[in-house]
Amino acid sequence: MRGSKALAVLAGLAAGAGSGAAHAIAWYFQTPASKMAQDIDTLHQVIMWIIVVIFVGVFGFMFYAIYAHRKSVGHKAAQFHENTTVEILWTVIPAIILVAIAWPATKVVIAQKDTSAADLTIKVTGYQWKWGYDYLRGEGEGISFVSMLTTPREQIEGGAPKGERYLLEVDHGMVVPVGKKVRVLTTAADVIHSWWIPAFGAKQDAIPGFVRDTWFRAEKTGTFRGQCVELCGEEHGFMPIVVRVVSEPEYAKGVGERKAMASRSAEDDTKALALAELVGRGEKVYAANCVACHQPTGRGAPPAFPPLAGSKVVNGPEQAQIDLVLNGKPNTAMQSFKQLSNTELAAVITFTRSSWGNKASDVQPAEIKARRK
Amino acid sequence: MSAVVHDHSHGHEHGDHHGGYSGLMRWVTTTNHKDIGTMYLWFSFTMFLVGGVMALVIRAELFSPGLQIVDPDFFNQMTTMHGLIMVFGAIMPAFVGFANWLIPIQIGAPDMAFARMNNWSFWILPFAALLLILSFFAPGGAPGVGWTLYAPLTVQMGAGMDFTIFAIHLLGMSSIMGSINIITTILNMRAPGMTLMRMPLFCWTWLITAYLLVAVMPVLAGAVTMTLTDRHFGTSFFNAAGGGDPVLYQHIFWFFGHPEVYIIALPAFGVISQIIPAFSRKPLFGYASMVYATTAIAILSFIVWAHHMYTVGMPVTGQLFFMYATALIAVPTGVKVFNWVATMWKGSLTFETPMLFAIGFLFLFTLGGFTGLVLSMVPIDIQLHDTYYVVAHFHYVMVAGALFAAFGGVYFWLPKWTGRMYDETLGRIHFWLTMIFFNITFFVQHFSGLAGMPRRIPDYPLMFETWNNISSIGAFGFALSQLLFLYVVLKCIRSGAQAPEKPWEGADSLEWTHLPTPAPYHSFDPQPVLELEERP
Repeated sequence: MRGSKALAVLAGLAAGAGSGAAHAIAWYFQTPASKMAQDIDTLHQVIMWIIVVIFVGVFGFMFYAIYAHRKSVGHKAAQFHENTTVEILWTVIPAIILVAIAWPATKVVIAQKDTSAADLTIKVTGYQWKWGYDYLRGEGEGISFVSMLTTPREQIEGGAPKGERYLLEVDHGMVVPVGKKVRVLTTAADVIHSWWIPAFGAKQDAIPGFVRDTWFRAEKTGTFRGQCVELCGEEHGFMPIVVRVVSEPEYAKGVGERKAMASRSAEDDTKALALAELVGRGEKVYAANCVACHQPTGRGAPPAFPPLAGSKVVNGPEQAQIDLVLNGKPNTAMQSFKQLSNTELAAVITFTRSSWGNKASDVQPAEIKARRK
Repeated sequence: MSAVVHDHSHGHEHGDHHGGYSGLMRWVTTTNHKDIGTMYLWFSFTMFLVGGVMALVIRAELFSPGLQIVDPDFFNQMTTMHGLIMVFGAIMPAFVGFANWLIPIQIGAPDMAFARMNNWSFWILPFAALLLILSFFAPGGAPGVGWTLYAPLTVQMGAGMDFTIFAIHLLGMSSIMGSINIITTILNMRAPGMTLMRMPLFCWTWLITAYLLVAVMPVLAGAVTMTLTDRHFGTSFFNAAGGGDPVLYQHIFWFFGHPEVYIIALPAFGVISQIIPAFSRKPLFGYASMVYATTAIAILSFIVWAHHMYTVGMPVTGQLFFMYATALIAVPTGVKVFNWVATMWKGSLTFETPMLFAIGFLFLFTLGGFTGLVLSMVPIDIQLHDTYYVVAHFHYVMVAGALFAAFGGVYFWLPKWTGRMYDETLGRIHFWLTMIFFNITFFVQHFSGLAGMPRRIPDYPLMFETWNNISSIGAFGFALSQLLFLYVVLKCIRSGAQAPEKPWEGADSLEWTHLPTPAPYHSFDPQPVLELEERP
């Protein structure tokens, strides 16, 4: 199986860039979707050509010496060992080439750092292991959601064929209007993450306790994908970034729908729910938010991720557990889940309190609402 | 350095010269620089195999998308330990081994300056390595944070993190002691007539490296100690909630980490500067400029650290400063490459295994240097930071650079060390296998990196599959080729043909011109008075 696959790879290469393969082989930058990414691409190509020329020149000399100055063809060694003119030249000329490269690079650096006059400001928060988006300023202000991987576990573990967007698909991507300057503020709740959309040429570390920024202006509509690029623990490979760039009218429509939805979900908070309903819903919320650390068995992965089965907190007073889930626990991987709705939180807390042998009281959405600060 | 041989002070070929002990205790108690050099080299090869097996676990998991062999947490432990073991366990001790063997016999000294401390600096290493490996058996396993040990991820780790921190303390102590020994030996124990500017370049590169080590190992020790107190004693050096800053860790780490790159590279430059003239039968071109370039690289290495951190959100002036300073390193590095090529130019070249590795080094290290220039440019680095492009870049510098130089050095000095010749045919086969499989493994990683594959991930999107297939196949070929190296060395030691007094026609440093082959257990005691020709 392995062998035949290896052969297939070699055959694919021989056939010319794997034309028979189901997926095009990516070997260069993603097609730029912003001027910044285009500038970076151009800069890279300029430098690559300079390098190719120098490389061929230097190793042309070396391989000529290997060919012509061999002992086996009777070449006698000369005994020179310095030449001041040559040595000065090969110090000064590279320095001049470097200045020539640094000039255009400097212009791009300065443009890249200019995050002023943004049309839209979005805060991106890295969590272990998902992204939170808060629209802070501009159209859509106040919208806030969490974005998580939707690739099913079976695909990752080999139980199902892998989809085309394997590991690059999320439930809610960031949505921005085309042609607008978007300032991205990054921060993190636990450890350092890094937010990156290659097609925009925008990458910025998300650092817990600090806010940093970058920006992009997408020049065409479409869906653009990247991945977290700073090692952030176990599931580092499983927190992709998706940005959907839409036309301005479509963006305005989306913002309207989103706001309407938010006001609807605020209404169910007062309703009391049956235990079975809470547990059923809670199991889904748990699978989406908690299972990576606390495991399907509720046993966690100590010491970083404590067990919930038999836990004092889970079997203790309701308020303590609600506060922990709402606010997180500082200096641990346990982050705040306040972005979830009151119903979702009530459901997942009730689920943990009645699973894996835990037998504690259920929690209603109204109780969550009361504890929110 | 064509020398006028005046004093053949052959060592005592008889008697109680192993210090009264035999068997294992000889090695435990030895203060002889040659014994200690040998132990360093075997230790580093052992760690090279251990780190190599970890690399194979990584490559096996990455052969195809999906999780097949290990879980993500263990994968992270593998990447962390592979990095730490290769850097601190394999490459650094290898060059300290060369330093121990060669510096005294290249400068005409009877031994290293602090012989007992030399024994101690070596014997710390096995315990440090053991502690590092024991971390796998701590609750929670070894740390899965990457060899850079970035805070605050380190705070989440189990007790394995503490094992690793203490192992780094021990490794650092060993390095500092070794460096003090090297500095003292070179500055005080040169034979009369061996002026600094007549020393073989290998001694020069090690002198400068030793200063770098003394300067930066304490910085690393500070960084990991702060991590330790953040973990256990309530300090907040790297915790924003307590007034600290996670990025401060990165600044401190890379203030160590960038000079560390040159700590690994400079001794490799030294080895190459011995091999290329020998097989070109021509003096090293631009000796003085080589010394100045090495010094310039060492000084610049202290002011470029933040080029590892372009994406943390530095001010624009910071980014520009580090970009210019980093690009500047290309100038002295270029001088070195030009000097090596000029040494070969109009020489009388032969291509025994050491020369093959030196040429392989020259070609591939320069390629790694060029990708370094690409990465020095802030905007391009922002696209490539933390991708496989960076992985490819530093493996070209570390493997095709340092490791190739170490292989070349072993083949070059084996006759002097053992009095026997290695099998030239097998040596050449080892070179070509290593060369080919190295490039299969790492060249393709430039492409996956450009296309956007992040490093340190156990699973990846489908568009990177082809590159990872190829890279994994290359890695297994590369690993198997190194078993051939072990066989060649063992065969040389056990049954190699008697080495001639001067196996390499063009080699002209003291160990070749003033000592018999193999080098006697005690050499240059008393020290010779050298009448070396003025280095023009």
